[in-house]
This record gives sequence, C-alpha cells and structure tokens, in this order.
Amino acid sequence: MGQLQKQLQEMQKNFERMQQLQREQIEGLQKQLETLQTATASNTAAVVASAPGVAQPAPSWRPTDPVRAGKGAAYMDVGVVATVAAGGSTAQDVEELQIGGHDPNQRGFTVQGVEANFTGGVDPYFRGNANILFGLDAEGESYVELEEAWAETVSLPANLQVRGGQFLTDFGRVNTQHPHQWGFVDAPLVNARFLGADGLRNPGARVSWLAPTPFYSELFLAVQNSQGETAAGFRSEGGHSHGGEEEEEVPFGFRHADNDRGVRGADDLLFTPRWASSFELTDNQTVLAGVSAAFGPNSSGGGGDTRTEIYGADLTWKWKAPNAERGFPFVAWQSEVMLRKYDLGEFDWSGEPPDGLLVLESDGVTPAVLGRETVNDWGFYSQLLWGFKPGWVAGLRFDYVGGDRANYESAGLIAQDADGNQEALGRDPLRDSRWRLSPNLTWYPSEFSKIRLQYNYDERNDLGDDHSVWLQFEFLLGAHAAHKF
Amino acid sequence: MKSILCATITLMLAASAQARLNVVATTPDLASIASAVGGKEIQLTTLARPNEDPHFVEAKPSFIVKLNKADVLVHGGAELEGGWLSPLLAGARNAKIVSAAKGDVRCCEGVPMLDVPTELDRSKGDIHAAGNPHYMVDPENAKIVAHHMADAFSASDEANREYYQANAKNLMATLDAKLKEWQTTLAPFKGQQLVSYHNSWLYFANRFGLKTELFVEPKPGIPPSPSHLAELMAKMKSRGVKVIIVDPYLNRKSAETVARGTGGTVVDVAQFPGAIKGTDGDYIALMDHLVKTIADALKGQGAAIAK
Repeated sequence: MGQLQKQLQEMQKNFERMQQLQREQIEGLQKQLETLQTATASNTAAVVASAPGVAQPAPSWRPTDPVRAGKGAAYMDVGVVATVAAGGSTAQDVEELQIGGHDPNQRGFTVQGVEANFTGGVDPYFRGNANILFGLDAEGESYVELEEAWAETVSLPANLQVRGGQFLTDFGRVNTQHPHQWGFVDAPLVNARFLGADGLRNPGARVSWLAPTPFYSELFLAVQNSQGETAAGFRSEGGHSHGGEEEEEVPFGFRHADNDRGVRGADDLLFTPRWASSFELTDNQTVLAGVSAAFGPNSSGGGGDTRTEIYGADLTWKWKAPNAERGFPFVAWQSEVMLRKYDLGEFDWSGEPPDGLLVLESDGVTPAVLGRETVNDWGFYSQLLWGFKPGWVAGLRFDYVGGDRANYESAGLIAQDADGNQEALGRDPLRDSRWRLSPNLTWYPSEFSKIRLQYNYDERNDLGDDHSVWLQFEFLLGAHAAHKF
Repeated sequence: MKSILCATITLMLAASAQARLNVVATTPDLASIASAVGGKEIQLTTLARPNEDPHFVEAKPSFIVKLNKADVLVHGGAELEGGWLSPLLAGARNAKIVSAAKGDVRCCEGVPMLDVPTELDRSKGDIHAAGNPHYMVDPENAKIVAHHMADAFSASDEANREYYQANAKNLMATLDAKLKEWQTTLAPFKGQQLVSYHNSWLYFANRFGLKTELFVEPKPGIPPSPSHLAELMAKMKSRGVKVIIVDPYLNRKSAETVARGTGGTVVDVAQFPGAIKGTDGDYIALMDHLVKTIADALKGQGAAIAK
C-alpha cells in the first residue's frame, strides 16, 4: 500500500514538473508574442530572430528609460575610457622628454585622453568599430582625433578577412593597442620615435589571412595613405604634437620641406606586411611572435623619390596560474625591436628655406647643400608585467633608441633660425641615443578603474639624466571591451 | 546513466571519422552535455579548463584556429564569456558560428534566467545584464540545454538527427531520475543557508530549496575587505550558518578565515566537470558529488534553519 502511495506521489511530482516546464514554455512564447507585437519599442532583435521558445523577457523601452549602453542588448556597444595623469619631472623640457602623443607631458595634470569607443555588428557581413579621442593639450587647448573608424568582414572564403577605413597599422604589438591598454603610463620610446607620437595609423585597407596550420598563424597586409601627421616617418609635413607649439617631431635632418608631391603611383602608398604566429609552450604559457615591416615614400629633400623602411620583430610570452583568481597571478613579458632605414634626399638650402630656417656651411654664410644619404636608426623596448595579487600589477620596462651618426651630423654645419640666431649642428637631438627605465605599480580596484604609479629614469645623450614620477588614473564607463591576447 | 557512460567512452575511443560534426564548447559544463548529446558523431573541443575562472579565460590565439574550424559553437551566452570570446570570434572568420547562424548555440536561450537586473549600474559591482549566467548547476536547465543542443546539432548534421535526439532524450530521462534522488538527499535541509564566495550558486539553491544570500565578496567582482568579512561572520553566527562553498579559482584563504571565525566548514565545489577528481566530462558525476558533499556539510549545520 505504501509503495502504491509512493508511486502515486512520484507520478504526481513528475506531472507537476512537466506542467511547470510547459507553463514556462507557454510563458516564454507569450512574452515572445508580446515582444513581436511591440517590435518598435524592442531593441533585442537578435534574441527574437534566433530562438523559438525564448523565455527571456525583452523589456520594451520607454522614453523615460535611460539608454542602455551595455553589451549585446543594443545595436552597438558604447564605452568611454578617460585617462588622466598627475606628476612632474626634473626635466626642463618635459614635452620633449615625453615623446608619446598621449604621454603625461607637463608638471601638473595631463588629460592623456578620453576615448569613446563604438563597436557593433553592422550587418551580417561586417563588424564595425570606431574610436574617437578627445583631449586637452599641454596648453589646455581641446582637440579631437579620429583614432579609428573601420569595418571588417565577418567571414570570407579562404580564411581571408578584409578591413577598411581608418585604422592603426598592424605593426608590432603596441601600435595597435590604445593607450589605455598599455601596461605603462607612456608609449615606448621606439614606438613614439619610429611610428609617430600617436602610432602609425591612416585610412586604408587591410587584408589578413589565417593560415591553415594547426597553430595560430596569420598574415596581414595593410595598404594605407602615406601622408598626414600620423605617418610621421613617411610623407608627413612634420610632427604631430599636443604641445602648445608647432613642433617638428621628425628629426630636423629629415628635411621635410614643403614638398608634398602627392601620390603618383601605387608605390607612393604605405604598405605594411606582418606575420604573427602563436604557440602554447605548456597549458599555462603562451607565446606570440611576429615580424612586421612598413614601406613607403617620405618627403625628404626635393628629389621626390626617397623612401622609408621600418622593420620590426616582436615577442610576447604570457603565463597565467592554472587556478587564476580573477586572472591573477600572471606574468607577461613583451619585447619589440625596430630598425628604420630612412632615405634623406638631397636638399639645397639656397632655395626657399622653410619657415626661415637655414642650414649653413661651416663658414656660417654659405647655404649648405645636404647630399643624399640613408640613415639607420634602431631601438627596442622590453617590458615585464607581474600580476602578483588580484588587482595588483608590478611592471618594469627598459627602452632604448639610437642611430648611426649621419653625414649631415658630422659635417660641421650651422643652423640659423628666422631671428638670425646661429647654432652648431651636431648630433640631431631627435635621432640621438637615449634610454629609459620605468618601474611601476598598478592597482585595479575593479576591471573598470585603475590607478598607476610610475617612475621614469631617463638618460639622454648630451642632455643628461632626468627623473619623473607620474600618477595615472583611469576609468571606464559603458561597454567593457574584451581583451585580445 | 549507462548510455551516457557508453557515449562518453565511445567518444574517447573513437577513431577519427571523416565527417564528424566539429563542436567547440566554451566551458566544460556545456561540453559535458554536448558530449552526451553528440556522442561519437561529434568531435568536441573545450576552450576553458575545468579549474579556470570562466570570466577570465586567457584568449589564446590558438582558440581562433579552433573556432575557425568549428561547425557548431556552444557557449553560455548571458555574458559569462564576455571578457574573452568576442575578439576570438572576430578573428575566426567562420560564417557557421556567427551570431544567430545555424551553428551558434547560445545555451541560455530557453532557460528561465534569474536575477535579471532592472537597471545597469556598475556601482553595484560587475553585474550581468542578461541575468545570473551560472544556470547550469540546475539540472532542469541542463535538460533544456540538452534539448537545445540536440536541435542545433541536428540542424547542422541532418543525417544524425535521430541519434542526437535519442541521446538527448536519454540524458533528460536520466537527469529526471537523478533529480529525484538529489532532491531526496537535500530535502532534509530545505530552507538552510549556504555562504558562497561569488553569487554563482543561485540556480542550485533555487532547485534544491536552499538559500545563498550571503557572499564572501561584498559585490560581484569586488574583493572582500576585513570589515565585510567581519560583518559576514556576525551574520553567519546570528543565523547559525556554518557551510561556505568555494570554487577552485576563488580565494580559499578568505573563506577559511570566515570558517575559523564562525566554527564553520569550507566545502570545495565546482561548476565544471573535471574540476573535482573523478568527474571529468561527466555532468552527472559532478552533480552527484556536489549534492553529497553539500548534504554532508549541512548535516553538521544542525537544526538552526535560516528563514
């Protein structure tokens, strides 16, 4: 008798459970119907289109509701990252000490940047991303920069992918990372010097191919414009600076006179091939190695046929503990080395001098004729980040840049500015060697904010050494961009 | 149970057949269901490891290669993989698994989600807009996911539709039977409180009549401060709560501090098959272990029932 009762109870429980499941399904269908009927107020088209019997309610939007800039519940993810720094330096020329475009560059407070990021699916064929950067320069003047605005294909045959628009060139590792993704307060010296204060970026197109190898291996080729302030090593008129003055950030010896000769053929564009490959040494250690090169014309001299070649190799090694708590502990070691071969064109200073600047022979009177030559510059950085405790990262980076002594630096020339002041031209300060050592400590109260303290020891040839301390604060509102490797 | 065991063993011993459905699962719990439903007709790869925190999986470039070759992608949806999956998918160039494609299996669809926030405000911590994403620890949800997977696998591999549907049906029947067992085991502890580190046991508590309202972390994603731990210990003492459950990737030391201060016990739990010895690839074995250890720990909690 007891057994029968038990069986009856079990049957009843089972029946109740089935009822519950069906009730939930009916509720789900009802809600879906509701959503479809109020389609104009719903902003979850993707959820409705993909699954039958969905039980998730799609709340209809009312004008009094805030616009939810979250992930996946809207047509686009919007996020804002604001980075500010405070600090000081023993250097008198802080703006020349800090050569990155968004480095802290003054005693006091620097708004390094406020980056607005918009990401989303354009349509079934393309994915889009735009980054607009707002900032205040050292004089407090506002500026707006279009950092990136591109769309790329979701899937193409033969494992290809095409990206078009304005984008940061895939050269090395740091160039494609936005400043808020860096492990340090400022850009590495070699990146700022060779790829420009804001990184190498320009409008263009990029094709990439995922090789059919069992390990990750990707080949990139980007074709972009070669002119503009963000192609500093190429056909740019000069530098790109957020300092108060019009600063030349290309070395003086590069003779970027007013000689933009435009694009006459395909080889006047900027080409950047890159190959990157990744291996897993163990379950917890991953390595990414890459080589990159950038080829393009530069606007040195008057001949109009001078070119720049930049070569780079990068190596990234990451270890993460198998039981990592919130991603900690981890160790990440990243290094890049670059070589730049710069064709300097012949330039006769007896012609129309740009901005009243003159280069004279050693007699101090005769305008010099600078002969054609190729100069080589090289540099590297190596950085180590150790996340030793959840939310805490200790870092150390070493930077070095330097270059050959060029003919124009050895010829005993004299520079005369618009006011008639003369100065002996020796080593070009923007090509002279310098190194930097930066230990730092970062605290992440959460994934959405960070506080970083960094000390820089700078040693510049002929200019001596400098000490700087920077305290950086950053916060993120809105969609949290996922982390690439 | 036997058919799942057979399916799992067959999968492990299977020689590589040419036309097996290539399934990539993000987390091991979904993988275990996929393996039970797909059996020998699928080739299964899992991205996150059983001991890994699913929020913070390293987005290794090799995953891009795996996603590129996948026919079906099984993922939690509900933003659990939000911190690492999208850049991998962006590079995968695989039309079969893009959002809303045939091979995109967003497992939270059809699952009644709990704790969907009415407003999004990060001052409340790192909250998930689609609701609490840790739904797989409720066997009823595992059933829904199995059914969803069978439909998805069948849509991408019509030839084996009957096989997948039969496997799913077997799994659901087994889960039904086991669920009765588990509910019987935990029935004496109805209404009792468990302290968990992170709010990832809501669905388990819901299904088995337990409560998880006390957490070691003050807000989602925020590490515990000494004052919060003191507050927690006071609450535990006043309500007679003694059991603290901790996942393998969470800070056991904080939990042990709380246990020492309240005379409680720390119970090692896991959301993923494989994180506990003997449960590799086997959702049911994991649930068996969880139910048993939690029941054992709650026995020690005594008659103090928190209402």
